[in-house]
Amino acid sequence: MTERKASTAEIIRASLKRRYRAERRFRLYGIAAVSFGLLAVLLLLTDIIGKGHGAFRQTYVQLRVHYDPDVLGIASATDPAALALGDYEAVVRQALHQRFGAPVERAERRELSALISNAAGYELQDRLRANPALLGASETLWLLADDDIDAWFKSRGGGAEFTSRMSERKLAWVDSLLEKGEIALRFNLDFFTRGDSREPEQAGIGGAVKGSLLTLAITLLLSFPIGVAAAIYLEEFAPQNRWTDFIEVNINNLAAVPSVIFGLLGLAVFINFFHMPRSAPVLGGVVLALVTLPTVIISSRAAIKSVPPSIREAALGVGASRMQVVLGHVLPLAMPGMLTGAILGMARALGETAPLLMIGMVAFIVDIPHGFTDPATVLPVQIFLWADSPERAFVEKTSGAIMVLLAFLTLMNALAVVLRKRLERRW
Amino acid sequence: MKATLRSSICGLGVGAALALVGTGAFAQSRDTISMVGSSTVYPFATVVAERFGKANNGATPKVESTGTGGGMKLFCGGVGTGHPDIANASRQIKKAEFDACQANGVKDIIEIQIGFDGIVLAKSIKGAPLQLTTKDIYLALAKGIPAKYGPKLVPNPNKTWKDVNPSLPDTKIEVLGPPPTSGTRDAFVELAMESGCNSFEWIKDLKKVNEVEYANICHTLREDGAFVEAGENDNLIVQKLAANPNALGVFGFSYLEQNSDKVQGAAINGVAPTFDNIANKSYPVSRPLFIYVKKAHIGVVPGIEGYLAEFTSEKAWGEDGYLAEKGLIPMPAPLRATMAAKAANKVTMGGSAGLK
Repeated sequence: MTERKASTAEIIRASLKRRYRAERRFRLYGIAAVSFGLLAVLLLLTDIIGKGHGAFRQTYVQLRVHYDPDVLGIASATDPAALALGDYEAVVRQALHQRFGAPVERAERRELSALISNAAGYELQDRLRANPALLGASETLWLLADDDIDAWFKSRGGGAEFTSRMSERKLAWVDSLLEKGEIALRFNLDFFTRGDSREPEQAGIGGAVKGSLLTLAITLLLSFPIGVAAAIYLEEFAPQNRWTDFIEVNINNLAAVPSVIFGLLGLAVFINFFHMPRSAPVLGGVVLALVTLPTVIISSRAAIKSVPPSIREAALGVGASRMQVVLGHVLPLAMPGMLTGAILGMARALGETAPLLMIGMVAFIVDIPHGFTDPATVLPVQIFLWADSPERAFVEKTSGAIMVLLAFLTLMNALAVVLRKRLERRW
Repeated sequence: MKATLRSSICGLGVGAALALVGTGAFAQSRDTISMVGSSTVYPFATVVAERFGKANNGATPKVESTGTGGGMKLFCGGVGTGHPDIANASRQIKKAEFDACQANGVKDIIEIQIGFDGIVLAKSIKGAPLQLTTKDIYLALAKGIPAKYGPKLVPNPNKTWKDVNPSLPDTKIEVLGPPPTSGTRDAFVELAMESGCNSFEWIKDLKKVNEVEYANICHTLREDGAFVEAGENDNLIVQKLAANPNALGVFGFSYLEQNSDKVQGAAINGVAPTFDNIANKSYPVSRPLFIYVKKAHIGVVPGIEGYLAEFTSEKAWGEDGYLAEKGLIPMPAPLRATMAAKAANKVTMGGSAGLK
């Protein structure tokens, strides 16, 4: 008997080792899966940050400009009409001629003016408007360089210098600037405040961010109340029958429908039937509300379901009506879960492009939208448009915009986590 | 707590209701020009729009990139500020589109040619430049090619460029190009493939007898992996070419110009794809680009005339203009003058005669 007992212990001991090994392996698989995911994220981030960090800094060239009234064609700096008509690009050209010597050949003249972005003229106009005393005076300014110069300047020293849009002459000019320290990278605030532009050095995401915010405001305003109302009715009031089953199946289906289909719906119903304006945030918001509604309903129902029945029963027991139970007890307790669901839904809406294609929000829009009916575009669409642009300097703008989008998404998801941690009650 | 929550929910509800009611009552006027159409014309139309907006301190026109066909559908949808004012096109308007326009009340259309676009066959800069003829391109990429003897078709047996033409390198045929929805693809097929196709007498003769069969022979690309549909994004094709020195790619000239440190264009029929060669029409694969303007909207939507004047000015589309800087190949001066006059005098299209 003692022999048999010992042998059982031995068997267990032998199998224990095997079982420990199996468990270690099992954990290893888990770790491998997680590290694979992390590696993929890391690769994505390094690629995007590697390409996009340049978008936050822009090349500027230092020049001494003279606001010559004759060159500008402005007699009096207090006359706004004259200020608007002034030839500011001629002032920039004159400053370049002074710095590098006046070119004779036409082609050379064109190349020389191409050192500075055409935004410089507008900057001079703004400065003169703000300070009329500058007329006839001179000042030393850092002016925005053209995107070809910018792309070359940033590619310097990295092995593959981007010189294919730089002529010998241009290279000689920028070399002389470089020697004197008159060309430098500076923080690119315009990237965050300006709208889209076809000149990469002037392009910014300000318009797209504003458009995204306006669109999401409409989306939240529509999908949250409607989603919560639908969830409350389905969970608290609706009878359990074939109809509610049918509705539930449909909601789950809608959550999985490709979003481009909602875009087609938007085109057919909201534009063609209700005559809503194309490319407007209000339209985009309505379409995205449809996209996010199923997600909001499903997560709100889950949040309501997780409120223990004892709370309802207690409230009913002391004489509360069904509505009082819902508004006074169930809803406050389910709110953190609902908000989390709504934020996740908004994060999804922020990243959508496909449905917007159909309703004209994939468009070149320079002016920053000021209202819900102004033409607007959104962040992911801006990324898509820049990724498709031929100019080399848009590559870093694309990655820069992706970084901003990722920052927004991280912020929203972090907010969802914080809300859950702070407000959620465990039963 | 209870009360505030309830009122906040009510507030949200009211807000949602207001938003819904608001959507029903949109003013149908518009003070910005609305453009739709070709993704090839998009880079040029947007530059003009931006400059026009800045110069006038007014609203910058809105440009949507929908593709030529999609743009025409919207453009021909009707007259009124709910419909776009201008359609950008990388080919001439089709007869069916013109008829659709007429049927929907878009009677008066101004057609303005704005310049040319070259389509290039490019490969990585690593490796020797390629010299192709349109016949080589046809024999390498057509689904069926003429058999050695007699007028009949066999499935394309060519595996390497050397199979096509002994003077070409012994590398696998692998060409990345846009999908059939793209105007670039249409133009490539019609210009490069068809020209190669016509080097066979019996196929050329077929055009007069059986045009459907002719188009079938000349326009159908291989589906066995030698021609790869790489999507509408030309930058993606450039990246793939840089990674694979043996592959060739089909895309617009401006992408070749912006990436000349990575890719080089193949000479076709002995002519290299350069700015000058496309401008003087010696490069065989180039196509005209157009904009179509709804005459009924001029004067209704502010700024259309100003936009056209900006587009047709020498500082925009001239030989040294800013559009040339962006890769648009300018038209010869007399043609520019004709088109500018057409725009200024608002000359509309006479009818559908001559359209495809």
